[in-house]
Amino acid sequence: MNRSGKTADTMEGSGLTISASSIKVNEATLDEDTLVFSITSQKLSNGMGVCVCRTYEDFEWLQQSLFAPDEPDLHGVIFPPLPAKLIMSPQSQINNKTLKQLGFLALGDCCRTYCEALELYLQQVALHPILSKNKALETLLTNTESPGKQRAKKGIFNRLSQVMEEKRKESHKDVDDFFQNERDNNSNMTALTKVTTERFLDVVLAEQRLSVASKHLSSSIQLWVNQEDSANAAFSKICLKTSKVFETIKRNFEKTAENNISTLGLGLDLQSRYQEAEKEMLFRRTCKLVELEAANKNTERAKANKKGIMEEVRNVLEKQFDGMSSMARQEVGRFHQSRVALLRTALVSWCEQQLNTATEIAALYSEHLEACQKLPEE
Amino acid sequence: MAASSERSPPPFPDAEDQESEPALRDEDSDEGADIFLGTVSRKPFSPPAAPHSAVFGDPLSNISKQESTSNPAKQSSKLPSDVPCDIFDPLHGTGMEPKDDGKNPAELRSEERPKDEPLSVASSKPKKDLFEDSPEDLFSELPKTKAKTKPQMDLFGDSSPDLFMDAKAAADTGPGRNAPADLFSEESVATTTSKSAKSNISANGVHSDEEEQDIFAEATVELSLDSPHNNRKTLDTTKPSEPASSLSAAAGSSKAQAKTLEELEEEESEDKFELNISITNPEKVGDGMNAYMAYKVSTQTTLPMFRSKTFTVRRRFSDFLGLYEKLSEKHSQNGYIVPPPPEKSLLGMTKVKVGKDDPSSGEFVERRRASLERYLQRVVCHPSLLQDPDVREFLEREELPRAVNTQALSGAGFLKMINKATDAVSKMTIKMNESDVWFEEKLQEVESEDQQLRKLHAVVDSLVSHRKELSVNTAVFAKSVAMLGSSEDNTALSRALSQLAELEDKIEQLHQEQAGNDFFVFTELLADYIRLLGAVRGSFDQRMKSWQRWQDAQTTLQKKREAEAKLLWANKPDKLQQAKDEIAEWEGKVTQYEREFERVSATVRKEVIRFEKEKARDFKKQIIKYLESLLQSQQQLIKYWEAFLPEAKAIA
Repeated sequence: MNRSGKTADTMEGSGLTISASSIKVNEATLDEDTLVFSITSQKLSNGMGVCVCRTYEDFEWLQQSLFAPDEPDLHGVIFPPLPAKLIMSPQSQINNKTLKQLGFLALGDCCRTYCEALELYLQQVALHPILSKNKALETLLTNTESPGKQRAKKGIFNRLSQVMEEKRKESHKDVDDFFQNERDNNSNMTALTKVTTERFLDVVLAEQRLSVASKHLSSSIQLWVNQEDSANAAFSKICLKTSKVFETIKRNFEKTAENNISTLGLGLDLQSRYQEAEKEMLFRRTCKLVELEAANKNTERAKANKKGIMEEVRNVLEKQFDGMSSMARQEVGRFHQSRVALLRTALVSWCEQQLNTATEIAALYSEHLEACQKLPEE
Repeated sequence: MAASSERSPPPFPDAEDQESEPALRDEDSDEGADIFLGTVSRKPFSPPAAPHSAVFGDPLSNISKQESTSNPAKQSSKLPSDVPCDIFDPLHGTGMEPKDDGKNPAELRSEERPKDEPLSVASSKPKKDLFEDSPEDLFSELPKTKAKTKPQMDLFGDSSPDLFMDAKAAADTGPGRNAPADLFSEESVATTTSKSAKSNISANGVHSDEEEQDIFAEATVELSLDSPHNNRKTLDTTKPSEPASSLSAAAGSSKAQAKTLEELEEEESEDKFELNISITNPEKVGDGMNAYMAYKVSTQTTLPMFRSKTFTVRRRFSDFLGLYEKLSEKHSQNGYIVPPPPEKSLLGMTKVKVGKDDPSSGEFVERRRASLERYLQRVVCHPSLLQDPDVREFLEREELPRAVNTQALSGAGFLKMINKATDAVSKMTIKMNESDVWFEEKLQEVESEDQQLRKLHAVVDSLVSHRKELSVNTAVFAKSVAMLGSSEDNTALSRALSQLAELEDKIEQLHQEQAGNDFFVFTELLADYIRLLGAVRGSFDQRMKSWQRWQDAQTTLQKKREAEAKLLWANKPDKLQQAKDEIAEWEGKVTQYEREFERVSATVRKEVIRFEKEKARDFKKQIIKYLESLLQSQQQLIKYWEAFLPEAKAIA
């Protein structure tokens, strides 16, 4: 409590000294059971590079430090979503449970996608006009000491307690049409984005399976040819070529799946998590609204002697709610902007990468075709 | 009826029984032959007993009676099986007749039952050669005539005129020449009682003459029966019924000689084939469970053996199976690799019959169509099979008699058949002391290849199913994106998303096409070759059988020699002559079987080499086709992405 209070104080201080776009999460290495991420960034002032190693717990610490419960306006902020923890099994293989929980982030070689998601998270925090001022970010990015050891309480991120309330309050009628609309819109979009992301994941998984099947076919053919003696040389050559063709097909699916994961997959995943974050923010506001309305009622019903105290409480709540609402309004606007921008980036780079892959593979195919036509028949 | 006689097993046992007698034939000529013929003809044809007993009584008049009374179809179907019996009977009854009166019956016989005539015609006929070669070749071993007479494509036109002229000259009957064809087709045979024999000659002569068109139209059943009938006779010729006759042995050797000539020629002409076959317009005929699919078989050719350059017939699936049965019956035993047709699929066909617009039944029909097309193309690609009259008939003739008894080839039955054949092979391999390393190695190769192909087939299958899965997932994703786009507030993003949904729909289409390509090119190709390898094993099997026959003959010969030694020792001169005859007979058989085995071995070797060449060519063709389809869909994909990129960039 004390510590978070301190961060809240320092929040108003000078902004981040690190360039947001320079933040990179380069790689994840497995240190015993924990994944260690190496993060590099550059100072705004002199472009000097900084490199630190952080664990997932450090990220959690940051996420909690960003949110200061005693700063009511912060309730209106849409916090950049931190990906769920990636648990590596000993064989560093992705099991179904992790896949279900993390979706795209569980895919990719050496946690590549997960690193990118963390990177996006840090960048989003650094780009945020309010959150970037929080010293915790700078600490995480520059301090050689690991800050995450001091465990913080769950705070509002403890979603377990929310679940019960959520059901009750989610349908609470809003006093403000803007927020009512936003809430309706958000729950609709959240569901749709989630489904779309899952389906895109299915596409990618199917591509990966195809890639494996093609590889299998390619090596089966090769194995077969190796067994055959050279009696039918022409046939062996054709089989070898066929094996190569399937290798290219395998490469095609592999690349396509990779592109899908690293661009649109990641984009959709972020989109989906961001919408969840917005939902959480809107929910916090709704909670405050319910609280305020209850206070209003209490004030009306209260007897004269208690009315003064009740009004005071109500006024505090009202002030908090108003501050939160105006912050939320800003944040929603900002969110939509950055959401569209993020999706645009994802779509454009997705398209470009797929185009590159398609062109590359087409060139390989035509090479194969040419080579095949030249093969002898006898 | 005809079918039943066709299906009755070749009279091996009968022939075996007679094997003690035939030795007489050489010396005693006609009588022995008659006895032999009598037994042979009675036994195999005994099933349709009723008509026969009548016929036996008064052959010639019976023929005429039958012909005049029965309706056309029935009559024509009866003729082939009845006539031979009728014809032998006179000989049987009149005994010595052939010598003076002999011209007609003898000729007749030789025309009707080509393989018997070496026995009966034997010494009395000056036209021995002609009869020995032409009729036989004409009916079942067409290519041989080609080699023997003139290296020409149209052997009908070539050999039959001679034959016909001879027949005419010998018979020396004016009406016999012009009447027969008409007689036969117009059912006025009754009038020519005494000449019925001649009319038969002519009928058969005509069958190979220019007038075949008419015959084809009128006497449909007769013709179709004719070929299996004769063909089985050939089978007999090469098998036990030919026995010790030195004549037939000579025929055998001339045959072998002819074969090599033919082979040479084949190889030369291999590249000159101009024949394109396509199967189109699958069409459901009839309703309910009696419905069937009819396919349009179109042929384009520059080969002179066909009457026109392009022609089209309609065939149903069982016709294709029927063709395979005929071809396999005729050619398998000689070691040829007869391309197998696709299996019958009860499930698939039932779907077609029941379901109206089920996409899976459409896929089934297309798959079947393509597979029948490949089957037929493989048949006509085979230089020897192309020469088969049944192939020609299949491609050219308007109406084919309904193929029966194709159930044996349906699905499981077909597999069982192949498995049985391979079992037999493996069993025999143990017994067979393989003298030729080439065959040993090849057989092993074929077997391991079969296993590999089956494995590959399974892998490709899973590839296809994954591709289908991807296609389905892409479609679902496209739908999701479309919904997301329609709920999106940002206009540009909404527009881009709906474009993306369209893009994904198109990509899904590509995946679907590619899945089809994977399937049609690789799955089907591999399935074809698994079947073809079955046929290859079959040809090895035939060689093995031939070897077995030779070995058995050697064993028997050995026994006979031992028996002779015993007789000598026991000093029983009365039986000694018979024993000597038997030894001579079996010596002949051994030589003949050995020659046969060598012939089959040579054919198998040649066929396997041809098969491998074809395989390499086929795989190359398919992989090129596949790559072309891959490339095309990839280029399409590039276009799609290029079109989408500005949309993505337009998001503000």
